[in-house]
Amino acid sequence: MTDKVNESRRNLLISTSIVGVVGAAFAAVPFIKSWMPSERAKSAGGPVGADISKLDMGQKLDVSWRGQPIFIVKREEKQLATLPGIKDRLKDPDSENSIQPEFAKNLHRSQKEELLVMVGICTHLGCSPKFYPEIVPQVFDSQWRGGFYCPCHNSKFDISGRVYSGSPAGTNLVIPPYVFVDENNLIIGIDKLEGEA
Amino acid sequence: MAWMDARLPVTKMWKDHMAEYYAPKNFNFWYFFGSLAMLVLVNQLLTGIWLTMHYKPDAEQAFGVIEYIKRDVPWGWLIRYLHTTGASAFFIVVYLHMFRGLMYGSYKKPRELIWVFGMIIYVALMAEAFMGYVLPWGNMSYWGAKVITQLFGVIPYVGDTLLEWIRGDYLISDATLNRFFALHVVAVPIVLLVLVFLHIAALHTVGSNNPDGIEIKKYKDENGVPLDGIPFHPYYSVKDIFGVGMFMLIFLFIVFVKPDLGGLFLEHDNFTPANPMVTPEHIKPVWYFTPFYAMLKAVPDPLGGMIIMFSAIIMLFFLPWLDRSEVKSIRYRLLPFKIALSAFVLSFLILGWLGMQSGSTIQGYMTIACTFIYFSYFVFIYFYSKNEKHKPIPERVTH
Amino acid sequence: MRKLILILLLLPVAQVFASSGLHLEPAQTNIRSKESLRNGAKYYMNYCSACHSLKYQRYSRMAKDLELSEDEVMENLIYTDAKFTDHMTVTMTDESSKKWFGKAPPDLTLIAKAKGNDWLYAYLKGFYKDPSRPSGWNNTIFKDASMPHVMWQLQGIQEAHFEEHEDENGFITHPFKEFSKVTEGSMSDEEFDNTVRDIVNFLDYTAEPAKLIRLAYAPWVMLFLVIFTFLAYMLKKNYFKDVH
Repeated sequence: MTDKVNESRRNLLISTSIVGVVGAAFAAVPFIKSWMPSERAKSAGGPVGADISKLDMGQKLDVSWRGQPIFIVKREEKQLATLPGIKDRLKDPDSENSIQPEFAKNLHRSQKEELLVMVGICTHLGCSPKFYPEIVPQVFDSQWRGGFYCPCHNSKFDISGRVYSGSPAGTNLVIPPYVFVDENNLIIGIDKLEGEA
Repeated sequence: MAWMDARLPVTKMWKDHMAEYYAPKNFNFWYFFGSLAMLVLVNQLLTGIWLTMHYKPDAEQAFGVIEYIKRDVPWGWLIRYLHTTGASAFFIVVYLHMFRGLMYGSYKKPRELIWVFGMIIYVALMAEAFMGYVLPWGNMSYWGAKVITQLFGVIPYVGDTLLEWIRGDYLISDATLNRFFALHVVAVPIVLLVLVFLHIAALHTVGSNNPDGIEIKKYKDENGVPLDGIPFHPYYSVKDIFGVGMFMLIFLFIVFVKPDLGGLFLEHDNFTPANPMVTPEHIKPVWYFTPFYAMLKAVPDPLGGMIIMFSAIIMLFFLPWLDRSEVKSIRYRLLPFKIALSAFVLSFLILGWLGMQSGSTIQGYMTIACTFIYFSYFVFIYFYSKNEKHKPIPERVTH
Repeated sequence: MRKLILILLLLPVAQVFASSGLHLEPAQTNIRSKESLRNGAKYYMNYCSACHSLKYQRYSRMAKDLELSEDEVMENLIYTDAKFTDHMTVTMTDESSKKWFGKAPPDLTLIAKAKGNDWLYAYLKGFYKDPSRPSGWNNTIFKDASMPHVMWQLQGIQEAHFEEHEDENGFITHPFKEFSKVTEGSMSDEEFDNTVRDIVNFLDYTAEPAKLIRLAYAPWVMLFLVIFTFLAYMLKKNYFKDVH
């Protein structure tokens, strides 16, 4: 008799506990999920447009997308020419471990060869690297081939945002998704235009 | 565990308050509401903390931010409804909990202090609810806050200064909203938590009352365990979980199906932003304040109305000393007490209904009658209980 | 004591019956009908959105909840230069609208919560011709409303008839009696009622888009709780076998 009571009691204890724990887990979901970006944040973090018609050769334009600087650089021939030669000095020359859309997983890391569109945030700890386009010796590098230098922890990147060996940063600078509307206008944040499937 | 116990007596605390805390074995339905009040408190704290993560105590933004929470924040609508429905649920549970105390004489010796702490909790809860109601900054929030703070303005001599001090402005404004926010989310909750701790500490010192209103500690076995007691854990922890299930069925039904409960839990006029230029057609507080609001309206003189309203609450504090009978439970008291208690509860309920009405002449008379009945209860109980006759009280608890 | 509890339970019910002073025809909206909501949205955007904003409602949320594609919304429902994720605001400034209507048309996102569906339904049907008003229109539900009858071409023009009523104190009031049609509209009465119902339904939706979510979850939450409570009850019963 006592055994029977104990057995049914144990079964009930286990089943009630399981159902209770499942309920608690479901109840936790709304509280956890409410920390995700809200619709307002998503709307504000939506794609932004950039007009590059006034961007001259060698110049850099900053656009803000999701609160981060986006560097748009129209690179000169001589800058692009440095890219193949410094492969040995780079951590991830072929962008194998770096974040970029499929179309930018190439030497110049861009859709149009000369136009670099890149998130201006160091992949180390989030500072914004400075732009040093000239191919002249610098204090931080006597063989500087032009590129980006992060003053926070001395990370160095080439003119395609590829990280140099010896930098604290582990991967190349991030390339955001972007798409050209026409010759001089692009949208950052999406990789295809509406209507295109 | 021994390491732990040497530093903090966890095992002893567990035994004292759960596994070897002996509660009377004859608890009935009315004994669910203590643990349910705890549950609702936890719900309010949790959802409240989550709401502060999105809310902005700013007169320009407050109304819009509520809509932002309900629309743009993932699951924000649920967290908000749990909080608003929780506020009403808190009062329902607390009112039933208090009614239990009145029926079974739980406020009487040796439990006077438990009752007094409970009453302070109730008052703190009213302050908390009132200030919380202002935060959505709807038009009813605004005018409700205006009317209630105006009460302090009728105090002679200091009224006007006091009013400006409370509002921090010449009207209800951003400054008022901001300080109510601070009080609602930090100050009053801390006070409430301390009070709840004291309420339970006092309860566990003297032990629970029961529907028979007799002390179970009179008859103990050879180990000092009350013969009519059962350990709180597992018996009442298991029973209370069942109570939680029942409560959640009703509570979540309202949250998911009818969160505004036809304007009773969330009022229609509060879906219009606060507007100092336009008064809602019919100002009334949320349902849990309406009994007192009715008393306030019943007296033509504002100061008199305020005194009546506050004394209605203060009288309850003195109940342990007004009721001088040696019998606790309604089970062994005679018809006059039963009638008096029923009349008291009914008058309170009718006042609650009257407080929501716009107030016709007949309703005015009804309010005065009900206010009279409400206060007569205290007078009645004082005189009646002195030499109260009663049914024979059993020595041991019955079922 | 039983009686007391019974009264306690019945009181709120009695209160609901007692408090509804104005008797309005039920709007009978159905928020689960996507078709009705879409039709309501269409008429709202055509007839209301030029003056009345829905400033807490995003186009994108509406598209998702009403099962409309982004293109459908952008091409057929947005008449301003708004983005897809924007709130449904109006281009008209408060200044100019004050000049035209005497006061700024209110935002309608929450109007269904503030006024109730039945009120809105009666209001939208209650416009009648009244030459004494600046707009030429008056309303039986909301006397001297500054809003003109924007859907008169659909409903047609109606006149209102009032009766004279004298109460025991000699007060004379003029309660509304009935409408008579002056000109037929492009819709039959039934079609117009259905259109108004859809608009009200759409406003009921904008007042609380989460209503769709919570109503969808409600049965599952209840089912779960019934199972949990039943198990807890069995467990409690089992333990209390020990208690004699």
